[in-house]
Amino acid sequence: MSALDDRPLLVAEGLTKHYGQHIGCADVSLDIHEGEVVAVVGESGSGKSTLLGLLSTQLLPSAGSVRYLMRDGEERELLSLSEAERRFLLRTDWGFVHQDARLGLRMGVSAGGNVGERLMAVGWRHYGRIRAEAEHWLDRVEIARSRIDDRPDTFSGGMRQRLQIAKNMVTRPRLIFMDEPTGGLDVSVQARLLDLIRGFVSDYGLAAVIVTHDLAVARLLSHRIVVMRHGRVIETGLTDQVLDDPREPYTQLLVASILQA
Amino acid sequence: MYVAVKGGEAAIAAAHALLDKERRGDPTVPALTTEQIREQLALAVDRVTCEGSLYDRDLAALAIKQARGDLIEAVFLLRAYRSTLPRFGYATPIETGAMAIRRRISATFKDLPGGQVLGPTFDYTHRLLDDGLNDQVPAAELTHKIAHDEAAVPHVANLLGAQGLIEQNPEVEIGAPVGDLTRDPLAFPADRDLRLQSLARGDEGLLLALGYSTQRGYGRTHPFAGEIRMGHVEVHLAPEELGFEVSLGEIVVTECEMVNQFKGSAESPPQFTRGYGLAFGHSERKAMSMALVDRALRARDLGEEVIAPAQDEEFVLSHVDNVQATGFVEHLKLPHYVDFQAELQLVRQMRREWEEANRKEAAE
Amino acid sequence: MSDAAVYNFAYLDEQTKRMIRRALLKAVAIPGYQVPFASREMPMPYGWGTGGVQVTAAVLGADDTLKVIDQGADDTTNAVSIRKFFERTAGVATTTHTSDATVIQTRHRIPETPLREGQILVYQVPIPEPLRFLEPRETETRRQHALEDYGLMHVKLYEDIARHGHIATTYAYPVKVDGRYLMDPSPTPKFDNPKMDMCPALQLFGAGREKRIYALPPYTRVVSLDFEDHPFEPTKFDRGCALCGAEGIYLDEVVTDDCGGRMFVCSDTDFCESRRTPPRAAAPGLNEVPR
Repeated sequence: MSALDDRPLLVAEGLTKHYGQHIGCADVSLDIHEGEVVAVVGESGSGKSTLLGLLSTQLLPSAGSVRYLMRDGEERELLSLSEAERRFLLRTDWGFVHQDARLGLRMGVSAGGNVGERLMAVGWRHYGRIRAEAEHWLDRVEIARSRIDDRPDTFSGGMRQRLQIAKNMVTRPRLIFMDEPTGGLDVSVQARLLDLIRGFVSDYGLAAVIVTHDLAVARLLSHRIVVMRHGRVIETGLTDQVLDDPREPYTQLLVASILQA
Repeated sequence: MYVAVKGGEAAIAAAHALLDKERRGDPTVPALTTEQIREQLALAVDRVTCEGSLYDRDLAALAIKQARGDLIEAVFLLRAYRSTLPRFGYATPIETGAMAIRRRISATFKDLPGGQVLGPTFDYTHRLLDDGLNDQVPAAELTHKIAHDEAAVPHVANLLGAQGLIEQNPEVEIGAPVGDLTRDPLAFPADRDLRLQSLARGDEGLLLALGYSTQRGYGRTHPFAGEIRMGHVEVHLAPEELGFEVSLGEIVVTECEMVNQFKGSAESPPQFTRGYGLAFGHSERKAMSMALVDRALRARDLGEEVIAPAQDEEFVLSHVDNVQATGFVEHLKLPHYVDFQAELQLVRQMRREWEEANRKEAAE
Repeated sequence: MSDAAVYNFAYLDEQTKRMIRRALLKAVAIPGYQVPFASREMPMPYGWGTGGVQVTAAVLGADDTLKVIDQGADDTTNAVSIRKFFERTAGVATTTHTSDATVIQTRHRIPETPLREGQILVYQVPIPEPLRFLEPRETETRRQHALEDYGLMHVKLYEDIARHGHIATTYAYPVKVDGRYLMDPSPTPKFDNPKMDMCPALQLFGAGREKRIYALPPYTRVVSLDFEDHPFEPTKFDRGCALCGAEGIYLDEVVTDDCGGRMFVCSDTDFCESRRTPPRAAAPGLNEVPR
């Protein structure tokens, strides 16, 4: 993909999701450019996870659209993709890192098998090469090669998150979705994981949407920030700008209550 | 020496002869008649007609005798016979509201139109072995006349329905096609018609355990026994060439309507919801368990989280049929020596490799 | 009861047979695809060959000659029972000779004698879904088939190699049919997998309890899954049959005493016997291996 192409990678327009009477997410529009990291912040119940589900086609919107710039340069409306195309996109050009590693990993399959799964799904049929690739990515996420045949249920929380990242990275995705990737981890483990993610973003020009309630995570990783409340985007802008000089009272409250803590 | 594998045919014949002899038991004890089974082991007969999906109490009694009292085996006999019967048509829905009531209780209202009718029940009997049954004494004369109230007895759930406190039974178009589990293979997700059919012929033991599990917190449904009724209903058929309904006769059924508290979800307002159970004969435990499981299986429709086995449609429907289950469990008795041979080779190979690896390690 | 008088030819009523034949036609049209069918209760238990029996009943004609094997043998109890069933309900001729049979119902083996055009091999299948033990949900596995989303199966094979150094699946070894559908060959040993490939006979698979039928039309490509650097290898025995001397065939291990004594003999009893009895016609060379 040419860097000169300044079309956004993903364009969401008017995304809305109703759960019966309840509004999950209302009229959200958002662009994500190649190599750009966008943090979606807000309290629990603010609609940020719903938005992530809608952007990543895991949820069907009640209204609105999401367009994506495919690798061949064609812009496609994601809702119009066939199930086969959608699955292919999800496991090649996209990644998804869950807060709960059990949703993103096969706990009964070895680390190597987990990392190799995407490769096999896209047709790799050489055991030696799949394994070599898995080893390469274990190195990159700082998991010892000697653990390649161990199952993730023997891994620590931080290792599981890193394994999730390796599993996603083997197909060199251009966009990765993360749902509270550091949630529930010790502070020191968090710091290491954040460093790793930051490195990947700059090394591979990854675009990312990170949902987090932790403004420190947002400050460290993201270029842009989207603040949500009651299912709506109430403020958006460059991360440093928003966090240093929040305009909305709610954002001010968030920043005051969390960053100073 | 070569161990013969021939002789299967003779062995089978001999085994069957032995089975016949064992079935008869001690020849000095009078043989059971199928009439005796039908009349005196009536609840066993009911269960076999229900899970065998064939309302023929004489054949069910014969099946129980032939199966030596093994009820699942009897169900199997009845099912196998059933699949050879031609299908003439489908009866119109039975009207349980017009049931000739023999038993009818509600746990939700102290008194209600139609009254509480205890009927023949084990409830409130003391479970003390009754030595008197060893003697051939006639049953006690009834001191009370059996009341026959001809007035139709309204369904409890409909009393709630009139006030909008319970969900409407899902609107079904009159004449809309109803699935038939025995003619079309079950596909998932299955609608409620197929789920109920599957539960109706399902194993009482499994349904009991699943229903019980919902009460213990694995998929709670907050049930109340809105109503249990048992009695005779008429079965009608409307043959196409006739253009009107004819009565085929009466059957005994047990019906249970559970009323379940429901706090409401994103999709539905707070109101009571329903779980439904229906079984041939006097099969109260079955009908109640079925109603509990039916309600649990509606979790998806009602927007509840599916977390417990009883709410998992594929799990329940795939395993509730005891004829399927017993066949597959018991097929482990069939020879598997070809597969076992392949595994034996593999284990030997893997042991060799393991020992070699260990030797190498020790040498290093 | 005199069965022939009570029951229809080959037990099932004609309506049911038509329903099964429709499923069979669809199965033949889409090789390897599992066609749901309204499996009936049969007078033998589920898991004991009801699927195979229903398929056989639906394809059997009065002039057919039927052979039934279980574990390769005509004389195992279940094979005897099913053969008797069709003798009673259909009155068809039966045989133990593979080459004389027009319809062969089998559990767990493919005969050693190569099949020919015009023959039908009916497999009894316990679990038709090759992905079942990786993904228990029918809704999900059907989607995976629809989308040809089979990465998971290779993950399983990968795990085998990672753990054991080789693929540790010895029977029910998954195959890809005609480059499209992933198929469970039924619990036949992987030794038999190559016989399925480009087989001149029609191969039909019936799973009664699971209510599925699938098929391999004659001369269908059947490829056992593997990796380029860990190719599929059928089981090999390092000896021949102790009775007839044949090599390159599947062997049963027979325990002869409790001091470790054992011998290896043909699993295919008809094959073994026809090599040991004087030829009905010209016998093949003693150690010639049929492919």
